[in-house]
Amino acid sequence: MRRRSQALLAALVLSAVAACGPPPGPARTATTATNSQAGSPYGFAPAPQKDGKLVVWVDSTRLDAAKAYQAAHPDVQLDIVTYDGNANGSGTLKTKVQLFNRAGEGWPDVVFTTDNNTASWASQGDDAFVAPLSKGLVDQATLDGFAKGALDVCTVGGVVYCLRNDLAQVVLWYDKKLFDEFGYTVPKTWEEYQALAGKVAAEHPGYLVGTAGDAWAPEIYMWGAQCPANQVTGAKAITVKATDPACVRAARMIDKLVANKTMSMLPLFGPDFAKNQGDKVLMLPGPAWYGGAVFQGALKTPKGRLAVGDALHWADQNPPVTGNVGGGTWWLSRHTARLDAAKDFLTWVATADAYQVDKSPGYPAYASAAAKWIAKQQDSGYYAGDIAAPITAAAGQVWPGWGSPEFSQESIWAKTVIPGQTAGKTVESLLPEWQTAIERQAQVFGYQVAR
Amino acid sequence: MTAPVISAAAAPARSRSRSWRPAAGHVFVSGYVVLLVAFGIVPTVYALNLAFTDSGGRFAGLDNFVRTAQDYRFLAAVGHVGTYLVLWLVMLAVLVLVLALLVHRLTAAWSRATLRFVYYVPGALAGASSVLLWLFMLDPSVSPVDGIVRALWGSTFVAVVAPGHLPWIFTVIAFWTGAGGWIVVMYGALNGIPHEIIEAARVDGAGPVRTALRVQLPMLRKWIVYMLILSLAAGTQLFVEPQLISQASFGVVGTDYSLNQLAYLYAFDQNDFNGSAAIAIDLLVVAVCCAGFFVAKGGLFDAD
Repeated sequence: MRRRSQALLAALVLSAVAACGPPPGPARTATTATNSQAGSPYGFAPAPQKDGKLVVWVDSTRLDAAKAYQAAHPDVQLDIVTYDGNANGSGTLKTKVQLFNRAGEGWPDVVFTTDNNTASWASQGDDAFVAPLSKGLVDQATLDGFAKGALDVCTVGGVVYCLRNDLAQVVLWYDKKLFDEFGYTVPKTWEEYQALAGKVAAEHPGYLVGTAGDAWAPEIYMWGAQCPANQVTGAKAITVKATDPACVRAARMIDKLVANKTMSMLPLFGPDFAKNQGDKVLMLPGPAWYGGAVFQGALKTPKGRLAVGDALHWADQNPPVTGNVGGGTWWLSRHTARLDAAKDFLTWVATADAYQVDKSPGYPAYASAAAKWIAKQQDSGYYAGDIAAPITAAAGQVWPGWGSPEFSQESIWAKTVIPGQTAGKTVESLLPEWQTAIERQAQVFGYQVAR
Repeated sequence: MTAPVISAAAAPARSRSRSWRPAAGHVFVSGYVVLLVAFGIVPTVYALNLAFTDSGGRFAGLDNFVRTAQDYRFLAAVGHVGTYLVLWLVMLAVLVLVLALLVHRLTAAWSRATLRFVYYVPGALAGASSVLLWLFMLDPSVSPVDGIVRALWGSTFVAVVAPGHLPWIFTVIAFWTGAGGWIVVMYGALNGIPHEIIEAARVDGAGPVRTALRVQLPMLRKWIVYMLILSLAAGTQLFVEPQLISQASFGVVGTDYSLNQLAYLYAFDQNDFNGSAAIAIDLLVVAVCCAGFFVAKGGLFDAD
């Protein structure tokens, strides 16, 4: 019996070692006082200022931005850290910030991210990480210089918390050579797009008019259809109507095109797509960054073939609207001990021609840089026809009704709808499931959900 | 047989030796104990403290446990981990023992040595890297065994990692990386069974199967229990496999597949360390209960 007890005790110890809980850490620091707005000209109380290196976190693509700043400011001491930039919803920044909040130290001074959820989680509460920019820290003239709607993803309760790096308005990319060869006219509306897809399926089977295998499919088709599945109405309030007729219309279009095989279900950046379908793309509704990242990068589309059409819209939409996929943002930590240097870095990388025009791979959110950037792309000789007019027009057409809550809509779609589609279900039949998934995720984060 | 005679002169020496052994033992285990306290006991106590308090440090009773158990993702994660554990532990026990017995019966020394090496090699690949390797194995567009993958699970990676396939996929990955080492351990344990016992069974007319079932397996009971306890503890902490597959599948496999992932989300996505600790304690309780059951039924620490 004694041996049995010893055995159980040993098992307890073994299991305790094997199944230990979260690592120990210091108690939560009293950041409330730090974040107090009392006596601050910026809407938050800055940390005590001191000299030292400015710590900036960037993803590998935006490493050029930090290097360009360093080249232009050789006297500034920079500590550039490359991280995944929250690509694919990895949540690295959020994870690190939670740990820094508990440790009471370690925050970077300036951060770049590619997700649009940061403002919602990092600007509120006692442990708020990002500093408000529109309460005196950044000039109003600078903020006004960004394109209409560009700072929507940065704004919570009317306060701007970040500077947008690039826009990601959805336009219609197409292969001009194939269009000429097949004798097709570039569609202007989703109705024309569907009709053309039917013709492609019958006349040129194998060619593609779109993809729906990625997590951002709802941001192209549902957002552009003004589907009210993601209307953030307050800091902790959201309206979800995923079975609205606007959503059903977009879902039916996806189902129809998947069924006639003109819409691919392969992930755009997966190895299969480039290998088996890369040369079968007739047209592709997608964000402005598809030109460089997808067509020039992944698919190696030859020079002189790729053209851009106007953003597709439904015929009854007035004014016409479009969706948005990503677009990076720059954030400033309210814990920074080098506030002036951080502000200078932040405004420079988001607005200076030396980066935004000369080196940025995406369509700049800062309007004056955008005009120069698109002209430069046009002059490169890679694209066929005029790409500046449709991309510039689409920049002002992004529907503002699709919000940026604390949780990722992309991950909900990926987890809920794509496996269902893979199992042979239609998107239309999955809309109630999508509705429930959004509601549940919103409730987990404490949102009041309205239908 | 004559009883050993202990001389009067030898008695004091033995007494001195007795007083020495515990002290030497303490020195030997001290390093382990320090590490156990620092990285096992202290974190566990800290987790217990978090699990029974709220974010303000006030005593919260079972609130965190109730709240996390009512989360719509909790029961699904329990189901995922439970299904995987049953599949994996059964396959592990059956296949490891069958393969160990087969290797043990081989007569040629070179074939035994070769097979032991072959079984052991996959285990040399550390956890995350083995999962990365399997991501390529499971993607039909790049897999060297794409024919098998397509026949079993589907022609695209997203179809392969469909929710119903995942317990099997995780079982295959875990078996491939972990079973080889256990086969070698069981082989060693089989070598420890006295030859006379096997010979006696053979003389009594027992064939290979009956010898295995009636003689060898009962004598390996403690080793089997030991394997199951450690595998159970590792299995309840399923994390790396679904996390990496989630990344590779662009989110089609959720980051809330397992309980450990859910605890991670509570801590780092929802900033709720108390809820995270409650889930960790749930896992601890289940692991301790199961380990206690295996120890009690398997007699792991019973003296022969």
